[in-house]
Amino acid sequence: MESRMEDDTQEQMREEEREIPVEPEVSAWERVLTARGKDRPYAMDYISAIFDGFMELRGDRLFGDDRAVIGGIAAIDKQYVTVIGQQKGRNTKENKYRNFGMMNPEGYRKALRLMRQAEKFHRPIVLFVDTPGAFCGVEAEERGQGEAIARNLFEMAGIRVPILSIVIGEGGSGGALALAMANEVWMLENSIYSILSPEGFAAILWKDGKRAEEAAKVMKITAKELKEFGIIEKVIPEPEPANRDNMEDLCAALKTEILDFLLRYRGKDPQELVEERYERFRKM
Amino acid sequence: MLRERFKKTTGVFWGGTEEEEKKKPQVPDGMFRKCESCGKMIYEEDLCENLYCCPECGKNFRIDPWKRIAIVTDRDSFEEWDGEVSGENPLNFPDYEEKKQTLREQTGLTDAVITGCASIRGMKTAIGVMSPDFLMGSMGTAVGERITRMIERATQMRLPIILFCCSGGARMQEGIFSLMQMAKTSQALKRHDEAGLLYVSVLTDPTTGGVTASFAMLGDVILAEPGAMIGFAGARVIRQTIGQKLPEGFQSAEFLVKHGFVDRIVKREQMRKTLAVLLQSCGSC
Repeated sequence: MESRMEDDTQEQMREEEREIPVEPEVSAWERVLTARGKDRPYAMDYISAIFDGFMELRGDRLFGDDRAVIGGIAAIDKQYVTVIGQQKGRNTKENKYRNFGMMNPEGYRKALRLMRQAEKFHRPIVLFVDTPGAFCGVEAEERGQGEAIARNLFEMAGIRVPILSIVIGEGGSGGALALAMANEVWMLENSIYSILSPEGFAAILWKDGKRAEEAAKVMKITAKELKEFGIIEKVIPEPEPANRDNMEDLCAALKTEILDFLLRYRGKDPQELVEERYERFRKM
Repeated sequence: MLRERFKKTTGVFWGGTEEEEKKKPQVPDGMFRKCESCGKMIYEEDLCENLYCCPECGKNFRIDPWKRIAIVTDRDSFEEWDGEVSGENPLNFPDYEEKKQTLREQTGLTDAVITGCASIRGMKTAIGVMSPDFLMGSMGTAVGERITRMIERATQMRLPIILFCCSGGARMQEGIFSLMQMAKTSQALKRHDEAGLLYVSVLTDPTTGGVTASFAMLGDVILAEPGAMIGFAGARVIRQTIGQKLPEGFQSAEFLVKHGFVDRIVKREQMRKTLAVLLQSCGSC
């Protein structure tokens, strides 16, 4: 009799569980599509919305100025910071100019120049990551794409100011990592961060680029998964997938978080900053 | 003189213990091998005596880490570090563990790099050698961790580092964890550099992707083997991206010298001597 009652209760509980509305899980592939969306805000949109002013500084002093990345001095709540972001274009013409946010070696060298400058003048660094990957081209190879990325990783390891990196869209491979050697890495809820595009991954491992959707799932590239892995520190929630019309609240939240970061790192011993960054990657 | 030394070791000792030697696939006596470059059939013994370079066209064959160690280091001087460090399967990628296990049995290697210390003409150095036979030398957590430990240990012991790179790039099966190895190894090299110690990277065929974009390109001196393919992006990917023919010799060691990213191309028979000069001139203890 007693056991019968238990059964009933369990049955009832199961019923109740079923009734709790479960939010449908957004698939990894849907996140990929959102991250690449045409209406997705790009680096400059966030910079304009979050910072009080931005003065762009251009050129790597070696070869040229890569338009796939913008950088300069910005102000936030009366503090100066150095801001650098990978910038995509919104239409064909813009994308031709921005090279779809795919940086060339001079872009990484420009970023490094600006980061060294930030270090010299004790400005914290905020980086926005949004790239399908470093550009794959003959000239990029001729000018040392591999060396440029490697140099950034190497030098960023020793930068004596706080570095914050925020993945806002696509965090594609080494091209993204070269702007993510940071004390903290955050991701917007609908951004992705991966070793390679799901298409490329499927093409390499399964010789079938069309299995990208499956690859996206296997690769574990969403903000939530990477937070669980301890690869990133924070997921910035997007109440609805961010676009330029609804980004106001998101930017307000992001601004609060950035100010909090700056406050937490203010006055920290530079050597300690470097140590902490080292330990962050050392355990991975 | 080098050849003399090498000849004596032929078939007896390639740097590993006898037991390790047994694990490796044995080539039957009298077997011929075809040169991929000139198509000539070469007697295995001749190839071996010629340090696995084609006697006809000079093509450098890919060789396993034990042969590499035997070619460049003093006999019996190599001591392996961290051979037990092996990566996991962080993404739970299907069949990955099994694949690695099969390769371990086939190659006698535990992953795509061997690290340790050795001496070259009496000068002690940390040394790492990547293997093309283990998932194309791809860098996963095991490779990244072994190389990082080697660098950290060298920094602590104040030793120079010689690293023979050979890699198809990231270990896809380990996803984002593979990417993080680029950061981990590069930052360790930064500390080694700050300690004023020498790092020589030697690029062998092929050196690509995440390895090119991290430790391969960070040497105080960067050497390369003749004809080695070296690049960041794969030629096929570039061809698809730009939709045009690639220039002749694109991404060859010679191409990198021309564009200023490699110091010298060094023939295999000259490698030991070149490394010795570098160790001597850059303050090895």
